[in-house]
Amino acid sequence: MTRALTGGELAVQINDNFPNTVDEYTDISCYIQSNDLPKVARFLKETPNLNFAFLRSVSAVDYIDHFEIIYHLLSMRLNLSAVVKTKCPGREDPCVPSVVDVWRGANLQEREIWDLMGIRFDGHPNMKRIMLWEGFQGHPLRKDFLR
Amino acid sequence: MPIRTEPVTINLGPQHPSTHGVFRLRVTFDGEEVIDLEPVFGYLHRGTEKLAEERTYTQIVTLTDRLDYESAMSNNLGYVTALEKLGGIEVPERAMYLRVISVELQRIASHLVFTGFFLQELGTFVTMLMYCFRERERILDLFEMLCGARITVSYMRPGGLTQDAPSDFWPALNDFLEDMPGYIDELEELITRNEIVLSRTRDVGVLDPEVAIDASISGPILRASGVQWDLRKADPYEIYSEMDFEIPIGATGDCFDRYIVRLQEMRESVKIIKQCVDKIPDGTVKTDGAFFMRPPEGDAYGCVEAPRGELGFYIVSDGGISPYRCKIRSPSFINTTMLRDMIVGGKMSDLIVIFGSLAVNMGEVDR
Repeated sequence: MTRALTGGELAVQINDNFPNTVDEYTDISCYIQSNDLPKVARFLKETPNLNFAFLRSVSAVDYIDHFEIIYHLLSMRLNLSAVVKTKCPGREDPCVPSVVDVWRGANLQEREIWDLMGIRFDGHPNMKRIMLWEGFQGHPLRKDFLR
Repeated sequence: MPIRTEPVTINLGPQHPSTHGVFRLRVTFDGEEVIDLEPVFGYLHRGTEKLAEERTYTQIVTLTDRLDYESAMSNNLGYVTALEKLGGIEVPERAMYLRVISVELQRIASHLVFTGFFLQELGTFVTMLMYCFRERERILDLFEMLCGARITVSYMRPGGLTQDAPSDFWPALNDFLEDMPGYIDELEELITRNEIVLSRTRDVGVLDPEVAIDASISGPILRASGVQWDLRKADPYEIYSEMDFEIPIGATGDCFDRYIVRLQEMRESVKIIKQCVDKIPDGTVKTDGAFFMRPPEGDAYGCVEAPRGELGFYIVSDGGISPYRCKIRSPSFINTTMLRDMIVGGKMSDLIVIFGSLAVNMGEVDR
């Protein structure tokens, strides 16, 4: 069985190396500051006892007062999984750093989030709409999208 | 005198027969060589994730049929797995066995569609497709017995299945299981050592295991690259932990390996179904529950090994009768990440073969 790291276990590991990056944690996930995302992502991928080389999915959820980006991680070598989340406040031009440099698998998924949820990924090589056409007004998966 | 050449950009698709639906590749050629490629998505985007936010949890099962329309059973299972994780719902044992039987039948059907179309793209116009569809037809007949539908099955429900298998299903299934290994032998005889197939697929579109993992590639494509990772073994769901089967892997990660891995997976699926038929217990296939499910507040990610790779559903509940957010991690979509790197530098004829070997399904890519 794949063992799921609890938010607490993950928070301890991250805090030991990067103090003050973990905002809070729950049983299944751990919230980190969006600015520290790339370096924490690289740490999670390259640390031998974590080895999260496989990015399962990147999801975004609109909680009205903030957006949440969720990274589901998997280590095939250790059969270990973890969930890392980050919060992104503001509705005008929300932006989080891209993790494409760390996991190439994020490429299309981040483009999809920009297209449908309207969150820009800073540092993404090709931040264009993917499902809808250029010139489409709004981002349909937002809760306030009406049409 | 040197010949003056200039690059030509053409659109392959969205209605090209080898793009498996409506997919467009904007390809720049220098003579026969591909020098640039940009996939264009979205022709089949129906907003499934947004639609799911306005439907009850049970209604969403019908939406999942229409994601990867060649493997509706696996989509059903992926969704209910996530939902059962979120709601903490127990499933009766008989239902679990029937679920495994139906998703493994679906895996065979889906791989048969792959084999037929893959050979069609190599130039054996329609012949292999008809061979493969002959077998697939029998699986669809079995699905019809189970739930009345052939493609959009909607067979699974949170906590079980819509109905138990009818009594005439079992002899028909046994007949099929008897014949299927022979069918696979026949395919193998016709294809595997065919010289044209070998010369067109060997060492074409090679994907290294490290790159495949980095690009989140899953399913038979990852296994063809030599990574032994299958959720049915690594993180067993339903009753897979009691089943005895192998995970076939490839050696080089080229187009031929992607074909041979799928062919061997069909054999393993037959093995799994046989074990299920022997072991299936009596009992109910449903659990009693409220008509409008209200899972507790929270989120859950559930995933299964679909024929094309890891199919995951990330469901966020606010305690209401429909999900607050239902994100679909579709394997076909993410498997196209490496498309450009695999094709650029190759020849035009390789482009069709490489794209065919990925076996993407546009219903799932665009959602």
